[in-house]
Amino acid sequence: MAKVTRRKFIKTGSTITAGAVVAPLIWVKEAQAQWNSSPEKGARLRVLRWSRFVQGDIDQYMANVKKFTDKYGIEVRVDNESWEDVRPKAAVAANTGGGPDIILGTYDDANLYPDKLVDVTDLCEYLGKKYSGWYPVCEAYLKPDHKHWIGVPLGAAGSMIVYRESHVKAAGFSTFPKDTVGFLKLLQALKEKGTPAGFALGHATGDANTWCHWLIWTFGAKLVDEKNNVVINSPETLAALEYGKEMYATFAPGTLSWLDPSNNKAFIDEQISVTNNGISIYFATKNSKDPKVNALTADINHSSYPAGPAGVSSACHLFMNQMIFKYTKYPKAAKEFIRFMMEDEQYGAWLQAAIGYVAHPLVAYEKNSIWTSDPKVTPYSDACKLLRPPGYAGQLGYASAGALADFIVVDMVAEAASGQRPAKEAAERAQKRAERYYKV
Amino acid sequence: MSARTVGPVVTASKAPPKRADSTTLQRLLNNRHFLGLLFMLPAATLLLLFLTYPLGLGVWLGFTDAKVGRTGHWIWFENFAYLIGDQVAQLSLFNTFFYTLVASVLKFVLGLWLALLLDRNQLLKSFVRAVVLLPFIVPTALSAIAFWWIYDSQFSVVSWVLTRFGLIHRYIDFLGDPWNARLSTIGANVWRGVPFVAICLLAGLQTIPPSLHEAAALDGATPWQRFRHVTLPLLTPIIAVVMTFSVLFTFTDFQLIYVLTRGGPLNATHLMATLSFQRAIPGGALGEGAALATMMIPFLLAAILFSYFGLQRRAWQQGAKD
Repeated sequence: MAKVTRRKFIKTGSTITAGAVVAPLIWVKEAQAQWNSSPEKGARLRVLRWSRFVQGDIDQYMANVKKFTDKYGIEVRVDNESWEDVRPKAAVAANTGGGPDIILGTYDDANLYPDKLVDVTDLCEYLGKKYSGWYPVCEAYLKPDHKHWIGVPLGAAGSMIVYRESHVKAAGFSTFPKDTVGFLKLLQALKEKGTPAGFALGHATGDANTWCHWLIWTFGAKLVDEKNNVVINSPETLAALEYGKEMYATFAPGTLSWLDPSNNKAFIDEQISVTNNGISIYFATKNSKDPKVNALTADINHSSYPAGPAGVSSACHLFMNQMIFKYTKYPKAAKEFIRFMMEDEQYGAWLQAAIGYVAHPLVAYEKNSIWTSDPKVTPYSDACKLLRPPGYAGQLGYASAGALADFIVVDMVAEAASGQRPAKEAAERAQKRAERYYKV
Repeated sequence: MSARTVGPVVTASKAPPKRADSTTLQRLLNNRHFLGLLFMLPAATLLLLFLTYPLGLGVWLGFTDAKVGRTGHWIWFENFAYLIGDQVAQLSLFNTFFYTLVASVLKFVLGLWLALLLDRNQLLKSFVRAVVLLPFIVPTALSAIAFWWIYDSQFSVVSWVLTRFGLIHRYIDFLGDPWNARLSTIGANVWRGVPFVAICLLAGLQTIPPSLHEAAALDGATPWQRFRHVTLPLLTPIIAVVMTFSVLFTFTDFQLIYVLTRGGPLNATHLMATLSFQRAIPGGALGEGAALATMMIPFLLAAILFSYFGLQRRAWQQGAKD
């Protein structure tokens, strides 16, 4: 992004807005008004966020909050909850009409109660224009009607391929394979060498969902089409499941029981040499006091998922949003807070502090030095770019949330991969289970 | 007590009309029924507020299509009809029954055995009894995490020991195979539940007068006969209560499964309680989750009724003569 000063931007921004009068006049006016207006007098904010994956994240976040408080004189209270607990809390807040003014949620939270959220179209358009636009997935998640933004994207925690360089080399690969053909050959070679791969197939909300969705997408399969018709029982799915079966044959034992932490433990204990994970394994070894574990750091590297016949290396990384609830007394202050936190001075520093756990949703931030300072971190910068929502390619909402929570795709892959059911049967079963959510 | 309550009432009726106000209150306070109600009020309020209301709300939600973040409409039995046709719900029903049945039987047998052993006079009696209670004292979530490590596919201490001794050559897949996973979770549940059963039965055993055993012994009864004809009949009321509780706890188990497997692999260990949570909170289908939870009630009621009418309805247990 070329150097655009704030003033210069506001100028161009206002010309663009002036040009956009094609849209309903009142709406533009309203947006304009909120845009220029300052926070309400005596405003106080409560923010509920998922608790940190890494200490630097929360430290910098709180430093940014303090900067906001110092600048605007608005007191901000920040509460932390484990990310899986934020969803029920946010839902209760939406239900009862009381709670934190801003909630940092995950996945498709915002799509469950869009009518309870403050329209943040003005804010998102401002940020989008200023920072070279949002990655397309942000609109899929937070601009469901293609007109109004119901939340502000915060980023995504990527789950990429984590591998041992020396083991991959020993298996005869100088670089990590970029396609599924090479990937399978690598897995088989690793198994031969006694340094197998391992991917979670238990009810691991994060890890299993990420790679199982990659598997079906990269073969061109999907759970539903654009009109929310369930289309999982397809030849593409069968191809993906057959491939998954061949992958599973090379895995370390016990992956059917694996929950989210299992592959981290196995990788650090050198029982597996390829898996999919957040950047946490890398930093666990890097910061480890145990010299044996610390020595792994140099040998760990990351890669995005290999592309299959459909040429896709997308996965459903953990998407994060920022929602303002309509019950808040200070919507303007809340918007101002989010805007402030998303500006380069704050967000850039936060990205740095989060050392790659969180990837940016705004294109301009790919220039942030965190992504180039350590080449091993670079693959994680694409988390938002290579992100698809779990209910791809349909609309997000209760059906997609329910299907995801019920592990329909993970169970299907696990059934077929482990040979508990033939691929055909597993796909038929997934089709039936998904149809119940998408009510045919 | 009754004489006292009657007394003032009689006096009150003879009192002069001037003191009518105080006498009304007095009369009320001396009324056994009113007083009874008054004393029951705090307990009743607590029960209504924290038990009846949530239970009623839960049942009501089960008849609606409420979603997280959206109030529901009354849809009669649609949730239940849906769940009956749902393969995962059916599987969870089977799992729950299997889990409850096997775990309860094991807990009863092991618990009774342990109680009989503890009932003997042995060395360090109170110390041993205290130690036995430990699994019950440790918070479930913590012991579940311990079991999670014990059953880990890579780090299981059991597998490690067995491979060291050369008894097995690959690690046991405790939680990765559907049947292994069912049995492993039952194992963890039994470990946790045995002390409760054992200590309660031990208390029951100690209420049996030694004279009965002595009399039986004098009549030449073998130890088995004494157990069968003296201990067991006198222990039935306690067994009934303990096993009712045990069955209820097992049937509604949640934490253990949630920590160990989250219902996996392939939903093989999903109990109704865990599935209900998964559908209602992460899945957002509050109504459906509530319906699933409501479906547990008939089974629980049946268990309670069975224990009351089946095991405690002997005449002599009601105070009558045999």
